[in-house]
Amino acid sequence: MGRAAYIRRRLILMVLVLFGVTVVIFGMVRILPGDPAFLILGDRATDQKAAELREQLGLNRPVLEQYWLFVSGFARGDMGQSLLYRQPVGQLVLSRVPVSLALAAYAMALAAIITLFFGIVAAVNKGRWPDQLIRVGFLFALTTPNFWFGILLILLFGLTLHWFPVAGFGETGPEHIWYLFLPALTLALQLSAVLIRNLRSQIILTLRSDFVRTARAKGLSETLVLLRHVLRNALLSTVTIFGLQFGFLVGGTIVVETVFALPGTGQLLVQSIAARDYPVVQAITVVSAVLVIVVNLAVDLSYSFLDPRVTYE
Amino acid sequence: MSKALDARPLADVQMARPASAVRRVRLEPTLVFGLLLLGVVVFVAIAAPMLTPYDPLEQRFTEAFLPPFSAGHILGTDNFGRDIWSRIAHSARLDLQIGLLSVLFPFLFGSLIGIATGYLGGKLDTAIMRIVDVLMAFPFLVLVIAIMSILGPGLTNLYIAVGAVGWIPYARITRGETLATRHLEYVLAARTIGCSSARIMRGHILPNVIAPALIYVFTGMVLAILTGATLSFLGLGPQPPTPEWGAMIAEGRQFLLLAWWMTTLPGLALLVVGVALSLIGDGLAENRGG
Repeated sequence: MGRAAYIRRRLILMVLVLFGVTVVIFGMVRILPGDPAFLILGDRATDQKAAELREQLGLNRPVLEQYWLFVSGFARGDMGQSLLYRQPVGQLVLSRVPVSLALAAYAMALAAIITLFFGIVAAVNKGRWPDQLIRVGFLFALTTPNFWFGILLILLFGLTLHWFPVAGFGETGPEHIWYLFLPALTLALQLSAVLIRNLRSQIILTLRSDFVRTARAKGLSETLVLLRHVLRNALLSTVTIFGLQFGFLVGGTIVVETVFALPGTGQLLVQSIAARDYPVVQAITVVSAVLVIVVNLAVDLSYSFLDPRVTYE
Repeated sequence: MSKALDARPLADVQMARPASAVRRVRLEPTLVFGLLLLGVVVFVAIAAPMLTPYDPLEQRFTEAFLPPFSAGHILGTDNFGRDIWSRIAHSARLDLQIGLLSVLFPFLFGSLIGIATGYLGGKLDTAIMRIVDVLMAFPFLVLVIAIMSILGPGLTNLYIAVGAVGWIPYARITRGETLATRHLEYVLAARTIGCSSARIMRGHILPNVIAPALIYVFTGMVLAILTGATLSFLGLGPQPPTPEWGAMIAEGRQFLLLAWWMTTLPGLALLVVGVALSLIGDGLAENRGG
């Protein structure tokens, strides 16, 4: 199969998955016994309020029609009205997306730097103390709850040393970078814990190949061999895993935004759940799923550009 | 006669079944250390009432915010004057239970699905794999939180929410292994002598594909405990005043400068359990040359 046919097939599959995603989200409130209107209203429920909400959410129409309204609304960017903020959900969510995306991108950049540095150091020193230290250290990073780690960073670098602000997003560009450093670092350390394992074993594997021996034999310095020959080949699978961790990163932003009081979609999600603002919860869930689907597709496709040898099955 | 045949399948078929993974475990240092660490935590969880004289819920306002190593309170007290060591020890029960229960059912269900779809193939396989594709499109935590938002906070709902997504890795692992196993000679032999699909899956496929899924159980437990703690940190887990590590961290957040031990110590407990389970998982994986 050629690249075009592969892309076409993946796009069709993506549409099917998107359809499934909307069915899951749509079905989630309706699958439960009881009246969703009462569920959403909780303690505030009265018969009259429930009737109004049913009308507003279209809950008294046939199920298929409800689903159609839900999906076509999404396609048009109309995701209903927030019950808490009394404004269109689409606007509300979109206003929060840049913060979360900036946090995710920042975390990925930091993770790339951390992974490259420690992955190379560990692989080159395989079996010796720097390698052991890095392995143990990042085992801890992997199993540390990220909300706890974020709080520790606040305690140390924010409240005790006063190097970084403890909450908020800042106003200007440089301020954003400064405010987002600790939250991004929290996510990046955990992300790199997964990546370093992979990069380390890939570098060790590549170091054994014939072309590395040739490069060394023709007198290239070890640094050149490492950067030009080994890394380029070893990075391939690490980059893929990097992309596939995007879903994990999106989940992580929810927690980290709550810890660092960042006005992103994660914080909005947590607030909306507490307030039973279900249209917002629904919208954020769909948006994050769509983001993950698109990023995963992009990762799969980029594989063929990174490595011309890749063929499609 | 027929009963005797049934009870003893053909000799070569039986020999082809490798010994179960459990019997061949080499004691890697990581494995031993992980087991020891987990043993300590399990001991603390079981013996919690005997290890501390304090009720984890008892409030003594005169003894609030005592730092660690205070007289009678080895790890200090919180804003209500509750003994932190007592709360951490009692919470070990709950967190281990969360780890165990939110993995048990997904493991059983997922492995069953994986073996069935992998062996039988066909429409069932296609249908279930499409469901897996859809569920995998959601970020794990986002989906779990969305489910919790409908079910409402609480421990039972936490199991349901984590379980609804948690079976997927087991299904994928066992399905992949089953696909690699189903064409092997001993499976063909069993089919030739007329074994039913159910019997082949139970007697021939299952023992050979379950080891990787069992190893993943430990990763799954780390994930489940961290997810449970995260949900209760966000206020969606067991409700206060129940001692739970994630909830304790959340409670201590407001008193970060005043009482750093309120957040730091429960987090350390989570870390210890996470490291113990990861080491066991790694040790078992090394056994399989992974």
